[in-house]
Amino acid sequence: MRFFKNILLVGLISFYLPSSYAEMTIEITEGIESALPISVVPFAMQGASGVPVDVSFVVDADLGRSGYFKTLDKQSMPARPSTTEAVQFKDWQAIGQNYLVIGQVTEEHGQYNVQFQLFDVYKGQQIMGYRMASSAGDLRRTAHHISDLIFEKLTGKKGVFSGRIAYITSSRQGRQSNHKLQISDADGFNAQTVASSVEPLMSPAWSPDGRKIAYVSFEKKSAAIYIQTLATGERVRVAEFPGINGAPSWSPDGSKLALTLSKDGSPDIYVLNLVTRALTKISKSFAIDTEPTWSPDGSSIVFTSDRGGKPQLYIVSSQGGEERRLTFSGNYNARASFSPDGRSIAMVHGNGNNYRIAVMDLATKAFNVLTDGPSDESPSFAPNGSMILYASRKGSSGYLSAVSLDGKMQQKLVFDSNEIREPAWSP
Amino acid sequence: MKLNKAVLALAISAVILSGCSEDEKDASLTDGTQNAASGINDASTSGLNNGSGLAGSEMSGSGMYPNAHMGPEFSDPNNPLSKSTIYFMLDSSQVQDDFVPVIAAHAQYLVNHPGQRVVMEGHGDERGSREYNIALGEQRAKSIVSMMKVQGVSDGQVQIVSYGEEKPAAEGHDEAAWELNRRAEIVYQGK
Repeated sequence: MRFFKNILLVGLISFYLPSSYAEMTIEITEGIESALPISVVPFAMQGASGVPVDVSFVVDADLGRSGYFKTLDKQSMPARPSTTEAVQFKDWQAIGQNYLVIGQVTEEHGQYNVQFQLFDVYKGQQIMGYRMASSAGDLRRTAHHISDLIFEKLTGKKGVFSGRIAYITSSRQGRQSNHKLQISDADGFNAQTVASSVEPLMSPAWSPDGRKIAYVSFEKKSAAIYIQTLATGERVRVAEFPGINGAPSWSPDGSKLALTLSKDGSPDIYVLNLVTRALTKISKSFAIDTEPTWSPDGSSIVFTSDRGGKPQLYIVSSQGGEERRLTFSGNYNARASFSPDGRSIAMVHGNGNNYRIAVMDLATKAFNVLTDGPSDESPSFAPNGSMILYASRKGSSGYLSAVSLDGKMQQKLVFDSNEIREPAWSP
Repeated sequence: MKLNKAVLALAISAVILSGCSEDEKDASLTDGTQNAASGINDASTSGLNNGSGLAGSEMSGSGMYPNAHMGPEFSDPNNPLSKSTIYFMLDSSQVQDDFVPVIAAHAQYLVNHPGQRVVMEGHGDERGSREYNIALGEQRAKSIVSMMKVQGVSDGQVQIVSYGEEKPAAEGHDEAAWELNRRAEIVYQGK
């Protein structure tokens, strides 16, 4: 759809209302003017018992929070059709709606059938229609799946509403700290703790298949890297050398882990083959080398090094070899994150006391600072490349935020924890 | 101060997240598009993972004299051994002159007690990226340890652990807190 290609604003993700567990609110700090009018009519409910999840409400919220769409509130709707026959397109044209979503949720013996249709209001045509079965527990996922289908159909970009985010929280009671590695849906719901410790947890990294997470734990009063299988909770310790064991990053094929070890002196980048357990040293400076991140094609690794006096990003072949400096803008560029297409890298860009998220195009070297700071860190790309999730802080409140690649759209996410950080978007 | 040891039980819990039955769902999608299948989702049971990594260990309390349990000299304000935190300037791992006598006193104690072990914890303030701050914290700890080794402290007596910005001494988010957080702590083990 040409029309959509003309929208400069790339953006997409939905984070919204609080659930009982992950108390989170969303604030669209900057939106876009070209958002498309869409009406998501409350789905008709049929069946004996109630429906535990308001599917159309979730879809409405997903689309609205993506920044691409402007949804219509229920009160302003001229009608609430749930079948094609009941739709009067003229009514929706009259109030300037481009798209219309209707649907039904039918309950039978505790199982649900969810059906929806997407219409082009001006053409008076159905664009898409689906019916899907869902258990009660899966209704929220089904709703996100519907959002993904609609989003992709209308924008040509893959939706990321079904994705998840991993992050670290910490809380303190007196001298006792509690650190948690949590995973929630992309909208902050269904937050679940997958690991907790009184000692720090750090640097969660999703395996490319989304089934495992590598992270750093200080539970033994020194750093070690673990890989945990999410479905079972089982985990293996893959690095526990003297000194730093940090910054795990998966190779795109999932067979290797880049990491930082200081066992031989200064922190260096290593690649650990997860199959053979072979460990290969990649960077060899006497300075700090850390925060490796793999390019999506697997050919190279970008990392942070202060070999030039201040931290900057460098690139090296994932087999090792010549190390080349990438960033020259400002005196602090660290913690790189590759865009899924491999064309650009996001980073923490520091200037005095101001740390912001910047993105650099690798081919043109065009450098764009996207956020305002002053404490922005840990950028992580959405799997469709449209947005960057990062951790930020205002006063004593830490929160997660998402920014579009052009910096025009920003969303602030507030969880119940004031210490929330290191967000990582699932593949 | 009474023996100010706290046994900190570490609990690593893993929530066991079970997959959904995607087959049923896929079958009824009209064009065969699949609901993304993955291991963790709403259908979850939580349980403790009693596998690897559970450990308990002793840690000295962090009162005014964190190493007071080592002996009276560690809580005598006139004795440099009573000081166990070394502060650093911004972006620096260079030991300031004020702290040289403190480090020398601890080094001498360790030389006199070759069976005694310490952990040298490196810390940083919250600014900048976290793993980079781990590396900065390690540099701070190392600069102290190398001074101690010159005095004769042996490799086996000191373990370096950098926590970066993960264990702030002061919880604020301003210059006053940052100054207190750029530090290394000498933590005596056992006894």
